[in-house]
Amino acid sequence: MKRREFLSSIAVLGVSTTIPLAKAQEVKGGQPWEPGKVDTRPLAQPRQGGLQYLTQHEFDTVGAIAERFIPADELSVSGKEAGCATFVDRQLAGDFGKASSTYRLGRFVKGTAEQGPQEAQTPAERYRVGLAALDASTQKQFSKNFAELSGDQQDQVLHAMEAGKFDLGPNVETKVFFELLLQNVREGFLSDPIYGGNKDMASWKMIGFPGARYDFRDLIPKKGQKLNIIPTSLIDNSL
Amino acid sequence: MKNVRPKADVVIVGLGWCGSLIAEELTRAGLNVVAVERGPWFETATDFPPSIDTDELRWDTRRSMLLPPAVETTTFRNNITQKALPSRDWNLNEMGYNVGGSGTHWAGMAWRFTPFDLQPYTQTVARYGKEQIVKGLILQDWGVTYDELEPFYDRFEKIAGVSGKAGKLNGQVVEDGNPFEGNRSSEYPLPPLEGMRLTDLFRDAAKSLGQHPFMVPAGQASKAYVNPLGVRMGPCTYCGYCLYYGCGNFSKSSPNACVIPALMQRENFTVLTESAVTRINKAEDGKTVTGVTYIDRNGQEWEQPAGIVVLSAFQMQNVRMLLLSKIGKPYDPVSKTGVVGRAYSFQTVSGATLFFEDEYLNQFIGAGALSQQVDDWNGDNFDHTGKGFIGGAGILVVARGARPIGNADALPPNTPRWGKDWKKAYTHAFQNGTFIFGQGTSYSHEDYYLDLDPEYKDSNGNPLLRVTYDYNENDRRSAKFVEDRSVEIGKAMGAKLVLGTNATTTSYSPYSFASDHTIGGAVMGEDPKTSVLNRYQQSWDAHNLFVLGASSFPNNAGYNPTGTIGALSLWTAKAILEQYLKNPGPLVKV
Ligand SMILES: Cc1cc2nc3c(=O)[nH]c(=O)nc-3n(C[C@H](O)[C@H](O)[C@H](O)COP(=O)(O)OP(=O)(O)OC[C@H]3O[C@@H](n4cnc5c(N)ncnc54)[C@H](O)[C@@H]3O)c2cc1C
Ligand code: SF4
Repeated sequence: MKRREFLSSIAVLGVSTTIPLAKAQEVKGGQPWEPGKVDTRPLAQPRQGGLQYLTQHEFDTVGAIAERFIPADELSVSGKEAGCATFVDRQLAGDFGKASSTYRLGRFVKGTAEQGPQEAQTPAERYRVGLAALDASTQKQFSKNFAELSGDQQDQVLHAMEAGKFDLGPNVETKVFFELLLQNVREGFLSDPIYGGNKDMASWKMIGFPGARYDFRDLIPKKGQKLNIIPTSLIDNSL
Repeated sequence: MKNVRPKADVVIVGLGWCGSLIAEELTRAGLNVVAVERGPWFETATDFPPSIDTDELRWDTRRSMLLPPAVETTTFRNNITQKALPSRDWNLNEMGYNVGGSGTHWAGMAWRFTPFDLQPYTQTVARYGKEQIVKGLILQDWGVTYDELEPFYDRFEKIAGVSGKAGKLNGQVVEDGNPFEGNRSSEYPLPPLEGMRLTDLFRDAAKSLGQHPFMVPAGQASKAYVNPLGVRMGPCTYCGYCLYYGCGNFSKSSPNACVIPALMQRENFTVLTESAVTRINKAEDGKTVTGVTYIDRNGQEWEQPAGIVVLSAFQMQNVRMLLLSKIGKPYDPVSKTGVVGRAYSFQTVSGATLFFEDEYLNQFIGAGALSQQVDDWNGDNFDHTGKGFIGGAGILVVARGARPIGNADALPPNTPRWGKDWKKAYTHAFQNGTFIFGQGTSYSHEDYYLDLDPEYKDSNGNPLLRVTYDYNENDRRSAKFVEDRSVEIGKAMGAKLVLGTNATTTSYSPYSFASDHTIGGAVMGEDPKTSVLNRYQQSWDAHNLFVLGASSFPNNAGYNPTGTIGALSLWTAKAILEQYLKNPGPLVKV
């Protein structure tokens, strides 16, 4: 990447919601904060409806994958119902999808496993290329797009991807793409509902995680006991 | 044309623990101090209130408080025959990026090193002879002893409001403390944190094995506290959003909570935020430095002249800044000469993963440093005769809060990673899975070092730091030993499944599970041929340059580093105030 382009990718950092914003440049004679004038920076509010990055077809494919990764059962609703595809869509439209925080100057050289990923593409780009390659491959094998396959066939494809035994063509490293999908779907299932997934805190109820609670002093004496705490989130306080 | 600011008595590069502690001492003595800090200003009330803080995705998974690799990263290779490549994504070499530095998001384990850790050469040779030292290991004394540092450790603990229990107080061993620690002149300022189910299980198991468990000294205030600078801390609420997060309760020891509120009241202190230092400027005589050059947030280049330069920009960054500024002779791994970048090291981590059958560990309740540990296998606390290595590890469990996203792969072997079976296994493991962490000593090795990368650059166009590192033979032997001890404890805790873990069975990777504690590269010592700094962390090459941080450590102990960098910063402040100002020049003659 040229220096100019790199600088503009840094500029993305400046306007992003999660990376520190400028407040004061020269600080002197007390802290630059006055009591009563809290300027808490909230997260970007989730937009109701509408896709931010994925196409409808891509969104449906991610939803189908989320349904297989996290199937509905007695423990929880499915990853699709929990909003994992919505989560992925918003992440791809934001800092994560744009790879705002990662180092993206060239040259991109494939190194040893210890040296870690040397990805030239952003996660958003990798989804676009990867999902298209997935359909192309299932078309070849089953004459259908991934989302149209039966649940068993989808599982079969995902297992093969996980094992690196499903060819997604020359532009996609199957195993690496699989890991990205699994990581993001799980994030959508397990993170705070404010990001669009984990609807009704389904996963937190499943594993018994109390969520956005900040004071447990009263529970410390109940060591080793099942606590049955009703979880709470940043957005959907069910209390 | 370069913009020049008015000259200061002292310019400080980086306002983390080291920078803020020394700034507090020097401004209190009346010096005019300017700190230049790359990151933005952070304020507890606005940046970490409980309604912002309790968000794993934002702070832990996406590490939103840390220095983005996009701004600067390191390149890495395991040995000199390889081509180093940039670590593009978040990895172990994570740095702070705000006023307060890494001390804002650290876990708060607030240790002292032992007398042995500061004199490993002398004490190893005295006890075992030189044959005990594995070939290629760099083993050297620090030039400062534990007894000399003790008053400064004591002051650091009081400023930070550390919660703990003495093990050796005024020469007496105290029950339930750590009997292996160096002698203390006073008790911790606050009592230990409350124990959890996990720490109780560990304590009872270790006792049953004849070991000496104790609560780890924690940078979380167990009670309301006012520190010697007059700053108030609130009691920790055991929220578990601690490591990688700020603290919304003013309970976690950090420069932000414990030092900066006092510092900011001083008229003779200024901090320039979002300003990245690119060079330390050398004087024409080559014997001193004149200040620093930095780039402000608008891309403007500035000069900040100063009588004294304090480099406190974190271990890696300190070494990089010395190399970029051409101060001191860079290390050459072939001829084994030169010092800057030499004696770089990390930490030897091994331990065990545990799965219980029917527990409610409730690990979402906890704090960054809420731990039980044994030091029976740490440092030189046991006899190494015939073992073929030196050192060992502090072995601990930590109840630091649960991570629904981060723990999703912490499952027994051969568990599917998705589907119904994953859900079932994770639901069980979330309460029943945990680990024993052996945080090991590390001794530097002549094959591993830091230098500037010949190809890759940071966002300002300056070379990245290149890390050449792998575990050495001493690390591998000690890690195996510690792994076996951890498995014994895990079994005694009654876990159904106990699996040894050991980072050294493969080559080091910045993406593998280990610790965050990189050290060395600009080490202190007794001889300018094998150290960059003298015993006061003063540069051998430019006497008005002082370098603070874990870059000074010639070796790593089986503990976290910050108590020691804090003590050393205060030790250096005293040397500047009481010796250097009266008689500027080298404080140690060779
Ligand atoms: C996740 C994590 C957990 C940790 N947990 C523990 C723990 O439990 N116990 C423990 O003892 N230690 C722990 N540590 C280590 C601890 O955080 C550090 O040892 C300590 O904070 C280092 O202090 P410092 O002042 O040397 O550097 P920092 O706190 O990193 O401060 C350096 C400052 O310099 C600034 N800076 C860097 N480069 C420049 C430049 N070019 N120009 C201007 N400014 C610059 C940075 O922005 C930063 O603010 C942890 C570290 C991490 C990353
Ligand atoms: S665990 Fe305690 S110190 Fe840590 S963030 Fe929560 S309240 Fe603060």
